[in-house]
Amino acid sequence: MGSVISASSEPLVKISKLSFAYDQRPVLTDINMVIPRGKVVAIMGSSGCGKTTTLRLIGGQLKPTSGEVLVNGQAVHLLDTNGLYELRRQMGMLFQFGALFTDLSVYDNVAFQMREHTNLPEELINDMVMMKLHSVGLRGAHDLMPSELSGGMARRVALARAIALDPMLIMYDEPFAGLDPISLSIIGEQIRRLNDALGASSIIVTHDVQESLKIVDYVYFVSEGKIVAEGTAEEIKASKAPYVHQFVWGEADGPVPFQYPAAAYGEEIMGIKETSLG
Amino acid sequence: MNRATLDLWVGIFVAIGLGSLLFLALKVGNLSLSSSGEMYQLQAKFDNIGGLKVRGAVKSAGVVVGRVSQIQLDPEAFVAVVTMHINSTYKFPKDTFATINTSGLLGEQYIGFEVGGDTQMLKDGDVVKKTQSAVVLEKLISQFMFSKAGEDAGGGKK
Amino acid sequence: MADTPKPKSNKNSKKAGSGKPIPSNRRVSHAGRMAHVSSKAPAIGKIVQLLTGFGHSLTEFLWSLGFAARFFLAVLLHSGMALRRFQLTIRELYFTGVLSIIIILVSGLFVGMVLGLQGYETLQRYGSSEALGVLVALSLVRELGPVVAALLFASRAGSAITAEIGLMKATEQLSAMEMMAVNPIARVVAPRFWAGVISMPLLAALFSAMGIFGGYLVGVVLIGVDVGSFWSQMQASVDFREDIVNGVIKSFVFGIIISWIAVFEGYDSDPTAEGVSRATTNTVVTSSLSVLAADFILTALMFRGA
Repeated sequence: MGSVISASSEPLVKISKLSFAYDQRPVLTDINMVIPRGKVVAIMGSSGCGKTTTLRLIGGQLKPTSGEVLVNGQAVHLLDTNGLYELRRQMGMLFQFGALFTDLSVYDNVAFQMREHTNLPEELINDMVMMKLHSVGLRGAHDLMPSELSGGMARRVALARAIALDPMLIMYDEPFAGLDPISLSIIGEQIRRLNDALGASSIIVTHDVQESLKIVDYVYFVSEGKIVAEGTAEEIKASKAPYVHQFVWGEADGPVPFQYPAAAYGEEIMGIKETSLG
Repeated sequence: MNRATLDLWVGIFVAIGLGSLLFLALKVGNLSLSSSGEMYQLQAKFDNIGGLKVRGAVKSAGVVVGRVSQIQLDPEAFVAVVTMHINSTYKFPKDTFATINTSGLLGEQYIGFEVGGDTQMLKDGDVVKKTQSAVVLEKLISQFMFSKAGEDAGGGKK
Repeated sequence: MADTPKPKSNKNSKKAGSGKPIPSNRRVSHAGRMAHVSSKAPAIGKIVQLLTGFGHSLTEFLWSLGFAARFFLAVLLHSGMALRRFQLTIRELYFTGVLSIIIILVSGLFVGMVLGLQGYETLQRYGSSEALGVLVALSLVRELGPVVAALLFASRAGSAITAEIGLMKATEQLSAMEMMAVNPIARVVAPRFWAGVISMPLLAALFSAMGIFGGYLVGVVLIGVDVGSFWSQMQASVDFREDIVNGVIKSFVFGIIISWIAVFEGYDSDPTAEGVSRATTNTVVTSSLSVLAADFILTALMFRGA
């Protein structure tokens, strides 16, 4: 719904001085980000660096320790439950493994939000669901159950579900994880196409550099809860900054340490956790 | 599973669930006698009620006509005051005789009504005047033993 | 409305966030403290370690008890949708109720048959085998019906509810629902809770009825106790209000307990395969114990007079 109508020059999402900690453990510190309207922005970084947390903060599932997230001019953490739900109706989110409702068919999954939030007659819902499924190329799969879908198909159904109510902001949590190369480029191409067709803005959280650089307008690199680099796709590809270089070329050691940070325990040897790389 | 089948199965489930409740209430609990229908209240005083309990049966000629609803001790006269709920279809004369009986040797104790010949009937809240206390087995045995001993002693003198 | 997401966000900040390998802070600091103490003085260290462990698990228990209570309130507050859109609850009634019918019928029959056999053996020593009907009916209606049906229900339906909700959490379906501005407590938890509460008394009644039929089969048909005295003695001694209504109240309370524990364990489970399986076990163990404890309390309250 109201996607580009509020045609202010203000960015859709504005994150300023955002910090977040689980208990005492800091996850994000002093993040500043801007998601302009109509653009596809990627947040990249190694696993566990706080990318998904950023999405949850934008969606209001977590509250920041300090700083604020403005979505369409509203501070997310100050909204009450009704206000938050109102805002979320204008957001779509694609979860890492789709998170399709396993007890509902593909059709019912896509129709879920329409039935929950609108009083539209069933014929109209049918048309809308078929339209959404058609746009991800799965109209023929409408009566399958999620357990009968392949990983790539499930991701596309989840995509159709995320855009069911024509959101102004679509968030993707690791949309490329665990997909074969063909599904990967299908999803990538669809993210870009749907964003432009709906006039929405998109945020992609990913560690798949090659695939996402093909489709995004702007990239933020996050490491250890801080933004270490940012720029357009071309700038990133050409960047000589050590962190970006390590990430884009997938080197094992560099500015991103191989060792998980460990407290000084004298000679005691801590279990080594590998920081897996994209 | 489509919606109609689902509804059907849940309908069957609720029906047999309620059906078994009904079975328990009517066939097992005999709801028709014990709590439905009009009841009226009578009281009776006994010197000793023995093992009579609340919910014990009140029978007349062996037919259950009501239940004991309350048992209290009269703090002045030191007698037991038994309140009974009697089914309104049964009326008893004023001079009805209430006794505490035992069904079988070790069975439950119940109140038996032996009907007199009065023309006036007991009304709600009335007190049954003529009562006989429970037979306490220990007393009976000791009476029997003492009388036996007395007989033996008497016989010895003869 | 305002307090719905609280349990969720509270949960997220207390435990490691969904899916990410963030170690729980409390556990780490606890382990660190223990290691520190034990390296200093082994004997005292052991005791301190034990006490710390005990205190830790006590706090954990109290914390989850408080969370469970708040969760229960949240479920009650958000039951509107489960009752307004009753189709949601009917769907769950199918899974909790209809699918439990067979196990309830079969076990009810067998329990009743065993009662008939054992009861006859004992009663005929005192020459009162006509009281078999009373014995079978009273033990089923007052105790065995509600309790055994509740135990079966906990392991058949309770564990399924926990596993289902836990799996929905682990696969981020609950998160997805929240992001779609649909409250998962209202949409997922409450219908399952109410379906459990509705199913339990019906299943218990079914169990008792089937058990009495089993007792009848063995006592009257097989052994040859007089039909008339079997039923008439039963009817004379089983009171509708004292016995049957109390039995129904018991099963209703058990239904609330089991459904509450089942949905809570599912909602509270760690979002991993291991966490879900642990939550399922917890549901069966905790709800069985709670049912037995609650049965004692209820029995003491209901039947102490007579």
